Amino acid sequence: MNDQAPATVDLQALLREANVLDVLEALDQELVGLAPVKQRIRDIAAYLVVSKARATLGLTGAPPSLHMSFTGNPGTGKTTVALRMAEILHRLSYVRKGHLVSVTRDDLVGQYIGHTAPKTKEVLKRALGGVLFIDEAYYLYRPENERDYGQEAIEILLQVMENQRDDLVVILAGYKDRMDTFFRSNPGMASRIAHHIDFPDYGEGELNAIAALMLDKLDYRLDAGAEAALHEYIALRRMQPNFANARSIRNALDRARLRQATRLFAAVAPVTREALQTISAADIRASRVFQGG
Amino acid sequence: MRVTQGTFSFLPDLTDVEIRAQIEYALKNGWAVAVEYTDEPHPRNVYWEMWGMPMFDLQDAAGAMMEVNACRQAFPDHYIKINAFDSTQGWESTRLSFIVNRPGNEPGFRVVRQETAGRNIRYAVESYAVDRPEGSRY
Repeated sequence: MNDQAPATVDLQALLREANVLDVLEALDQELVGLAPVKQRIRDIAAYLVVSKARATLGLTGAPPSLHMSFTGNPGTGKTTVALRMAEILHRLSYVRKGHLVSVTRDDLVGQYIGHTAPKTKEVLKRALGGVLFIDEAYYLYRPENERDYGQEAIEILLQVMENQRDDLVVILAGYKDRMDTFFRSNPGMASRIAHHIDFPDYGEGELNAIAALMLDKLDYRLDAGAEAALHEYIALRRMQPNFANARSIRNALDRARLRQATRLFAAVAPVTREALQTISAADIRASRVFQGG
Repeated sequence: MRVTQGTFSFLPDLTDVEIRAQIEYALKNGWAVAVEYTDEPHPRNVYWEMWGMPMFDLQDAAGAMMEVNACRQAFPDHYIKINAFDSTQGWESTRLSFIVNRPGNEPGFRVVRQETAGRNIRYAVESYAVDRPEGSRY
């Protein structure tokens, strides 16, 4: 055994030194709800710190497997959490650069024979030293077409995930059911991914909180009528098809801002600072959602 | 005879750790890194073959090392060099260029003399290696 190895390691000090707590706190403040996800991220952070401590004490053991899968419906915060995860991994020096390269099938799979490998490698090279985020990863595998080039991309990906674990962390993301099918048909991929994190849909209260947070960031305010209108809007919109959680809320707010601008313009009179900030009930109630679709 | 070309050419061959550090330095400066190879060692041969495209948007040296190693595997007995381009001026200018792989046996160069009009002599330099055709020189 190594004589120089210290006898004890202060885990809290390791955590503080890496400034990981800042990232976890930012995650808490930036993202509403998602309690199970936040807990898993904390678990993973703790696991990474412990693995580092073990290495300091000279305990053997393979470096932790870091590839992850984020499953959940659109707009549940997968990309945002992936960005934070990259930062955490960087601060604990599990990846050297800590940048996030976000890709989809189009960036990896080529259009003709021999096109896929260089394309995938190009993306991998860009992502080395950081985190590769593959959105809607299940599209890589198309069982209905046995000559689909997606399989080739998966094989190259697997090879790098296995051989260059120090250089790259891969995060796959997509709908839960489709990702499950994807993993079932690609056991090689499933066995190399250690952390599966499921992102739950937001509840109504959480969506209201998200809307408030977004408006606050954009420097807008709701008047009393608008607040009630927005709550009603969210309740109705949730029931409709194609509801994309936080993303739908963002779009709804963008449209409300558009209507507010039109309204202010139509009024001709000079506007006050307050008027520029305020979204009224009419701006929200003009939405199609209130007309039954 | 050891071919000396580019930066660091009078130092012992760089180790992989040193090569990696040099690539890191190039990337830190925002330069694009490219891998090139040849088996024609003439000092005036500036047209080496490109091993893939220059690598723009790299964040980490690992990507370039991947290509260097792939090139070494394909051409273990060729000269391989790394070029770092600075494109910030609008045109590509080489900022750094160094050899990362060389043949095990470098036979060196001979002087060729050609007698021309008026008993003048023209001199040429030619590698012993180029007697054999391209691809089977080393």
